[in-house]
Amino acid sequence: MELNKQQQLELLFYMRLTRSLEDRLDNLYKQGKIVGGLFRSLGQEATAVGSAYALDSKQGDILSPLTRDLGALLVMGALPREVFANYLWRATSLSHGRDQNIHITDLQRGFIGTISPLGTLVAVMNGVMLARRMQRKKSVGMVYIGDGATSTGAFHEAANFAAVQNLPLVIVGENNSYAYTTPTTKQMRILNLADRVKAYGIPSEIVDGNDATAVFYSARRAVERAREGGGPSFIEAKTFRMRGHAAHDNQSYVAKEVLDQWHKRDPIAHIEKLLRENKIAGGSEIDQVNKRVSKILDEDLAWAESQPTPAPEDAVGGVYADDSKPKAISVGRED
Amino acid sequence: MSSITLLEAIRQGLWEEMERDDRVFLLGEDIGVYGGAFKVTEGFQSRFGEDRVIDTPISESAIVGAACGAAMMGMRPVAEMQFIDFISCCFDILTNYAATSRYRQGIGIPMVVRGPCGGGVHGGPFHSQNVESFFLNTPGLKMVEPSTPYDAKGLIKAAIRDEDPVLFFEHKFLYRNPKIKQEVPADDYVVPIGKAAIRREGRDLSIITYGAMVYTALEAADRLKDENGVDVEVIDLRTLLPFDREAVLDSVQKTSKVMILHEATRTGGMAGELTAVINESAFDYLDGPVMRVTAIDTPVPYAPPLEEFFLPQVDDVLKAARTLAAY
Repeated sequence: MELNKQQQLELLFYMRLTRSLEDRLDNLYKQGKIVGGLFRSLGQEATAVGSAYALDSKQGDILSPLTRDLGALLVMGALPREVFANYLWRATSLSHGRDQNIHITDLQRGFIGTISPLGTLVAVMNGVMLARRMQRKKSVGMVYIGDGATSTGAFHEAANFAAVQNLPLVIVGENNSYAYTTPTTKQMRILNLADRVKAYGIPSEIVDGNDATAVFYSARRAVERAREGGGPSFIEAKTFRMRGHAAHDNQSYVAKEVLDQWHKRDPIAHIEKLLRENKIAGGSEIDQVNKRVSKILDEDLAWAESQPTPAPEDAVGGVYADDSKPKAISVGRED
Repeated sequence: MSSITLLEAIRQGLWEEMERDDRVFLLGEDIGVYGGAFKVTEGFQSRFGEDRVIDTPISESAIVGAACGAAMMGMRPVAEMQFIDFISCCFDILTNYAATSRYRQGIGIPMVVRGPCGGGVHGGPFHSQNVESFFLNTPGLKMVEPSTPYDAKGLIKAAIRDEDPVLFFEHKFLYRNPKIKQEVPADDYVVPIGKAAIRREGRDLSIITYGAMVYTALEAADRLKDENGVDVEVIDLRTLLPFDREAVLDSVQKTSKVMILHEATRTGGMAGELTAVINESAFDYLDGPVMRVTAIDTPVPYAPPLEEFFLPQVDDVLKAARTLAAY
């Protein structure tokens, strides 16, 4: 099955939504409204969107994105307002102000927030798929791992576990060339992340991570294999992080020529060019996508900013199932 | 009813939970065909199948990670650590993921991570540890350590039915110890998490302890009565996190003299935390300092004389108790 016009426009829509949403987050961060850190996926939108688009929510498919996979979350049905609200630490956000950036979860819609220690969620997603299998469901899971995080022990333990258990899991390895400031050459002596899983008997593909349709087709092959009982797969998406690790990082350690080169391969410009050249969609249709994105973001940001922030004492409770009250025991803070 | 060991009690508890609830499943190293290094799960795989009794690679992070994910999706996993010492290999999953999930994302992780702890069997530095203080400072986890077969069965059932992650410590010195064999009811029962037990009533001095040290405390208590006329109360915490504040404070109010006895090392241990709670909440009742009797601050040594020196002995308890009783 080839992607039809509407589907290709949808890929563009989610990529544009990701980028524009992050542009707004960037502004909110500069205004001091977003605290902590801001981790962008600029330049990597095609990897996140193209891969997640291969999942089928009707089958109960589920994914766990990294911080640079906002696009994957949006494909799974997370709303921009939920992303704004979480970043703006609103009481009504999915984490109620208790966790940062896109660490948000909704099992119904099929997304599980990551945590900052890397590799952990590959191990957790194994269990999610183990449960699905025991519950006799044909769901497929997808989990993301960066080039740097493929060096963690958790990743290797979990990849091997997925293989031994033949779990229906697609691991998307996002090779964006840098782990914070460390280039992949300091991360590993081999060229491809995909080679790392060969020893576990996991089949892999390497794709152009800046080509959303290529990522989609590769992911769909892996998803189909998983659903048919073929076990885990690994997709290495070669891409590039076009900003620093987070907003505070000016990326001084990356040569300008390298950035210029990757700028020419911008994933959104690429899909727009394909749509035009193959006469799938014209300029006005592409403009309409952009207008739709702006309208959604205007409304959703306004909604998020109207939401209340948590009261200080909301910090207590919810640690255990049976506690709604603080368990603080220091003098002067006890009930 | 027949008299059973602590190990058999845990085995029965696991078995009955697997019979009554098909969401319960086991995973760990060598637990299937072989039945586990200590044979706690012997016969489980032939009864419940490979899907529910999963032999895993030697990958503690992958084991507990899988347990977390499955628990989130409505299952009731029980992960075995072959020795509880190896739980430090999955520290990240437990402290950063399992413990924070409910608070961060409103999703509980009803999982049990169980395994043999404790010394006295010459297992050396990596097969003898008590790991509770690693996790005492992690809100979101629960920790349980039974000292009797009755409690072991009731607590493993309660742990499996609990909505939060429970670390379940099984003292290997007690596993097959014939002296503590006990009859347990054939009917289904649970021992609630968070409740201590009074093992011996007393008026003069409280020893707050748990695990194998309950028996050290009881032996010392008999001698203190006979030799010194000191009437000792022994409290078995059973749950270490969240521990039974009320039971601790009630005993302090009753005896006004408290010793905390544990097999784990001294600095930053359970005893320090219990002492702080007693100071904050029952200072006016105290007639003497809260005393600690613990292992010394070293790794667990292998050679029998070294290990014996390392572990708290009855004589150590007697010495501290006599000092305390003199206040």
